[in-house]
Parts: sequence; structure tokens; C-alpha cells
Amino acid sequence: MLVSIYRYNPEVDDAPYMKDYQIDLPEGKDLMVLDVLNLLKAQDPSISYRRSCREGVCGSDGMNMSGKNGLACITTVSEAAKNGKLVLRPLPGLPVIRDLVVDMGQFYKQYEKIRPFLINDTPVPAIERLQSPEEREKLDGLYECILCACCSTACPSFWWNPDKFVGPSGLLQAYRFLADSRDTATQERLGELDDPFSVFRCHGIMNCVNVCPKGLNPTKAIGNIRTMLLQRAT
Amino acid sequence: MVTQITSFGRSGLYDWMMQRISAVVLSLYTVFIIGYLLLHPDLTFDQWSALFETTWVRIFSLMMLLSIGMHSWIGLWSVSTDYIKPTGIRFFFQALCGLLMFVYIVWGIQVLWGL
Repeated sequence: MLVSIYRYNPEVDDAPYMKDYQIDLPEGKDLMVLDVLNLLKAQDPSISYRRSCREGVCGSDGMNMSGKNGLACITTVSEAAKNGKLVLRPLPGLPVIRDLVVDMGQFYKQYEKIRPFLINDTPVPAIERLQSPEEREKLDGLYECILCACCSTACPSFWWNPDKFVGPSGLLQAYRFLADSRDTATQERLGELDDPFSVFRCHGIMNCVNVCPKGLNPTKAIGNIRTMLLQRAT
Repeated sequence: MVTQITSFGRSGLYDWMMQRISAVVLSLYTVFIIGYLLLHPDLTFDQWSALFETTWVRIFSLMMLLSIGMHSWIGLWSVSTDYIKPTGIRFFFQALCGLLMFVYIVWGIQVLWGL
């Protein structure tokens, strides 16, 4: 199989380039893209990429596989390859540190901005803050996000304004805390999102939903934030 | 919170709402004009000017004009902040759009009322 990999080592290369590798894959077995990368790494130890849990939980190996963002560890070669060729690039829109490794700084900055922790100014209860099963249910489809950045780096609004638009991942998390019955900073949080960029740069093209390896729906969460903003302001 | 002074309403929510309201007005107006033209295949100048003599058509047309102004301002402002990164050029582009929309609205009112 032909695998084309984006290579860039800023210490040596003037510009990034695509390097082709030929690799024999075991018959009758559909490997994951990460397995292929590991085999290639044995062939050429200079190939750099991030990986950790290798089972779609840590979110380290987000990359662009034949044009679509996803996690290399849970995407099969048959899914990712097009016309017998596998093209691997780093996540689009973020600065490349080396090969498939990107600088996630901008992505984390947006995450930090939405204050991803519970804020509660009521007296601390003796044991814990209780939630009814219904209240807990509201967090389903939100808390599962692993911050792999596949969605935000698939979003053109994030590409053009990564410093101002929070991005699908950050907004999914923002809604996760807006929807939490234990959080008391709802109004404050909404106030921080009511500008023309943070939320409203989303034009609902749903690239985020298309690529999310965990099957989450950031567009829906963004819609819910909009509704909350509207209810607050009318 | 990102501060913005060149956007239409300075609030993302307000711009978003106005964009949707103006879109509804514009689609209703389009349906109205196309419907009228289809119902009057042999349209004469007298009929056409009589249509725009009526107060409600003038109100509706003015709403449409203002909606075009708002809608395109919000839309083009978004486009300019996405694609034009140098501040000077972006501001010039936004100012030009603003001027153009103002001219269209005033000119449109003049045409509508035959002032």
C-alpha cells in the first residue's frame, strides 16, 4: 500500500513536503491507521506523531486522513484510504511543530476561555452536590468530549479566527457547564459569549459533527447556547 | 468576550437575530414580487406604478430596502473579518460597504417615493 505522509522538520526543511512510503500490510486484516504509522516508524524512525492510549480515549493522535480529520487509532485503513492510497496530514489550521505533530496552544486557549470547571458560589454541602437523573442526563453527549481537536480544526470559522472564535470543541464544553445544574455562573458565562465572534462565528456547516470521533454534536450544543442567549435577552 | 465596534449591532446575538429577521422579509418580498409578476403577465407601466402607489407596498418595499442594507452589512462584515486580515484594508472595505448600503437605501427611497 502507498502511504503519503506530510513531512516537515523546521530545523532541517525549508518547506513541508509529502513523502511517499510503500508498505506491505498483512493479508486479511484491516489495520488501524495508527498501526500503519507504527510500522512505518520502524521503517523510518524520523516520522513524528503523537499517540498514547491507542484506543480512542486520549485524543492524542488526531490527524487528517485522506482529507478527513479523525483519530488514527480507531480509523481503519479501509475507511481512510482512497483509491488504494493513504494520505496523512497534520490537523489543518494549527501550526505544525514537526510532521504530524501540531501546536495545540490556540485550541487550549479557547478551551481555557470558557472556564471548563464548575463554578458554584453556594455553601459547600456536607457530602456532595446532588443531581437528579434528569439533570445528569442533560450532560450526555457533552461530557464525552476528549479534546482531540478534530472538530475545531475541521471548522473554517476556527481556521480564519482561531483567536476569537471559541470553536466547536470549546463551545460544546461551554454548553456542558451551562447545562449543569450544579453550576451557578450561567448568566456570567452567557455574558462572556454574547459577542459577534465567540459563538456567532458558527455558520452551522456541521463539519464538526461530520468528523467527531466520539459521535458528538457540537452544532446542536451551539444551537442550545444561542437559544439560551436569546431567552436571556428577550 | 471579543470587543467589536464595526459590527452591525455590536452584539453577536443582535446581529444574528437581525440577519434572520431580514432574511424572512427578503424572502417574503421575493415571493411577493415574483407572484405579482406571474399573476400579471401583460403588465403595463400604469399597473406597475399603481402597485407602488399603495401605502402597504411602499412600507413593504422600504422594509425590504432596510433589510437588504442590514443583511448585506452583517454578511459582508463577517466575510471581511474572515478573509481580510490587514486592519487598514479591512476597515476600508467595511467603510466602503457601509457607504454603498447607505447610498442604496437613500436612492431606493427616492425611487420608491418619486421624490
